[in-house]
This record gives sequence, C-alpha cells and structure tokens, in this order.
Amino acid sequence: MPHAPDPGGAAAAWPRAFRTAVLDPGAPAPAGLHGCAGSPAGRRFDVYRNNVVHSLTTALAEIFPAVERLVGAANFGVLARAFVRAHPPRSPLLFAYGEAFADFLARYEPVRALVYLPDVARIERAWLDAYHAADAEPLPGAALAALAPDRLAGSRFRPHPATRLVRSRYAAASIVLANRGTPPPAGGRIRAGEAEAALVTRPALTVTLAPLCPAEGAFFAALLAGRTLQAAAGTAAEEDAAFDLAGAIRRLVDSGAFAALRTDADGEREETTP
Amino acid sequence: MSTKSAITAAYLAGTVAAALSAGSLATATAVTAQEKEKCYGVSMAGKNDCAAGPGTTCAGTSTVDYQGNAWTYVDAGTCTEIDLPDGRTGSLEPLDRDLPA
Repeated sequence: MPHAPDPGGAAAAWPRAFRTAVLDPGAPAPAGLHGCAGSPAGRRFDVYRNNVVHSLTTALAEIFPAVERLVGAANFGVLARAFVRAHPPRSPLLFAYGEAFADFLARYEPVRALVYLPDVARIERAWLDAYHAADAEPLPGAALAALAPDRLAGSRFRPHPATRLVRSRYAAASIVLANRGTPPPAGGRIRAGEAEAALVTRPALTVTLAPLCPAEGAFFAALLAGRTLQAAAGTAAEEDAAFDLAGAIRRLVDSGAFAALRTDADGEREETTP
Repeated sequence: MSTKSAITAAYLAGTVAAALSAGSLATATAVTAQEKEKCYGVSMAGKNDCAAGPGTTCAGTSTVDYQGNAWTYVDAGTCTEIDLPDGRTGSLEPLDRDLPA
C-alpha cells in the first residue's frame, strides 16, 4: 500500500504511528495509508495487522511450549498478545524473539501465582539460544585425563558456545522437561519449591537439558565464570557438604558444556572463596 | 594454596581420576561427536529437520512422506544407502520427486 505522509505531521512521527496502529487492533489505520486506487486501507490493514500479531504469538508459542502448556493455549494467546504489544521484536529474526518474555511474565499479574513460570521461560529461551549457537567440538575427557594431577586445581574451562545455565529457586528445569514431552522419572513427583539449576548444552545437534542440584549449579556457574576447578569445587562444597564432585566432573565432560581447558601456574594462588 | 577452600589439590586430582575412569565417558563422547549430514527425500510428512528451528516456519513443514525437497539429519555416510518404499533412496541434494501438489 503506497502512503502519503500526513501533510500536518512530521515525517519521523509516521513510522511510530504505523507501529502503534499495527499492534493495536482498536486503532484506526495510519493516516495517509490507502489502496492503489485511492480506496481506504481499513480492511486490508486489519488483515495485515492480524497477520503480524498472529505470527508473533505463534512464534512465542513455539519458542515457549512449556509455558504455553502450563497456562493453557487460550491464556497463552492472551498473555502473548499483551507481550507482543509491550515488546514488539527489535530484530527481524523470529528465532531471536522473546528475550524479554521471562521478565514480562514476572510482572504480569494474572500469572503471579505460577512463581516458577519466569524461570521456565528463561530455560526455554536458553534452549533456543543453544540450538542456534555456533558449533564446536566439546572438550574430550582425554584432555582432562591427560592433565598432570598438580595442574588440575588451577585449570579453567572455556564454555562451549551453546552452553547456558539458568539457576532457579524452583524446580524449573524439571518442570520444563515434564512439559516438553520427557516422561517424568518413575513414580516421581516434581516438588516445585525445590531449587534447581538448568544446564543447557548442545554438544552436537541435539539440545540437552539437565536439572542440577543447587551445589552442582554453583559448581558449573563458577566454571562458566572462568574460575578454577579447585575454586568451583570449593564453592559447591560450601553450598552443600555432601556435594558429589565426581559426578559433577563426569557431567563436565559428558554434557559437552565446555570446549577447551587451560591451566595456569597461578591457579592455586587465585582463590579466596567469596 | 587457598586456606579457605575445603577442597585440596590432591583430593581434586584423586576425584578427577576416579570420575574419568568410570568408563562411560569414551562412548558418550564418541556418540555426540558422530558426524551428521543433510539427507533429502527420506523424512515422513511433518518430520523434517530444519536449520532454522522452532520459531520459524520450516521444521516439520513437509506435507508428504519422503518429500524430495525436505531434509533430515542422518549419520554421515548413510544417506544414500537409505532404502525407501517403491525404489526410492535418500539424496544429498534436493530431489524433485514427491513434492506437495
């Protein structure tokens, strides 16, 4: 549809007026917009406006399937439309949309009771970030095994480009898994109030999500922040004296969360745990 | 070394050795490192992969079985050996058979 800018308005105001109108079904079509024969734009603009909001809410439902399942499809439609109007995309890449969704949910009154919902959304956003992250070979276990014992303590790990960690006060990782088609553990009930961290990795082509206990979450958070293996182990042991260090080291390799390691002679001096 | 850290370097070295000797490691990394290739014309309707992923309209959009221009990741080297009904085989290039009407 060709348009002639409203003679009374500044040219810069027009895109803003268009954006407002395209996101609000109650707003009139932007001034100056008309069909090729001078016919009014109203009905055609309604079709366009509906397609814009519909495609964005559909993308949100595909990016956040667990959130949609938890609130129900109809409710998800309502809150997704509210989100689209409050946070229209800033990038033309639909798969990058929804960065602000978790924070939006945290402030959205009707879902306040679902306290874990924002973290569920954070994990699902992290899942898609991992999916689109650069490929890299994960750190082979042999690289760690080949390290001289006295250099292990000071070793640091470079994260794999796909690795994401979401630490939650709730069992958000288990809730995501249960609502994205993973069968629940035999006889297992999810205790939503139990804190968990979600480790999202994609060593090859498949994104994996592992729920970690808070101490293991602290271990991975420290490693991802570039702290030494010894410092990370110390932080985790402070969080929980019964922390399973061997299991965490096995996951460090098996999960593909890291791409490389380096040692520094200063490693042992480095640490005073916070 | 740090006086505040509860984990000594010697304990750490012992734990790493124990963890890595547990055995499952070699196979786990071998599986994840396996090469994949795009294989056209082998996926069932709605089951194709797509590099663009969710949030786009590509993955899972094939509408007929064995659609020639839809691809799925398979283990490298196996694509053209996939035998399908009625003499079809997989292809590393898009095919013009079985396109949606």
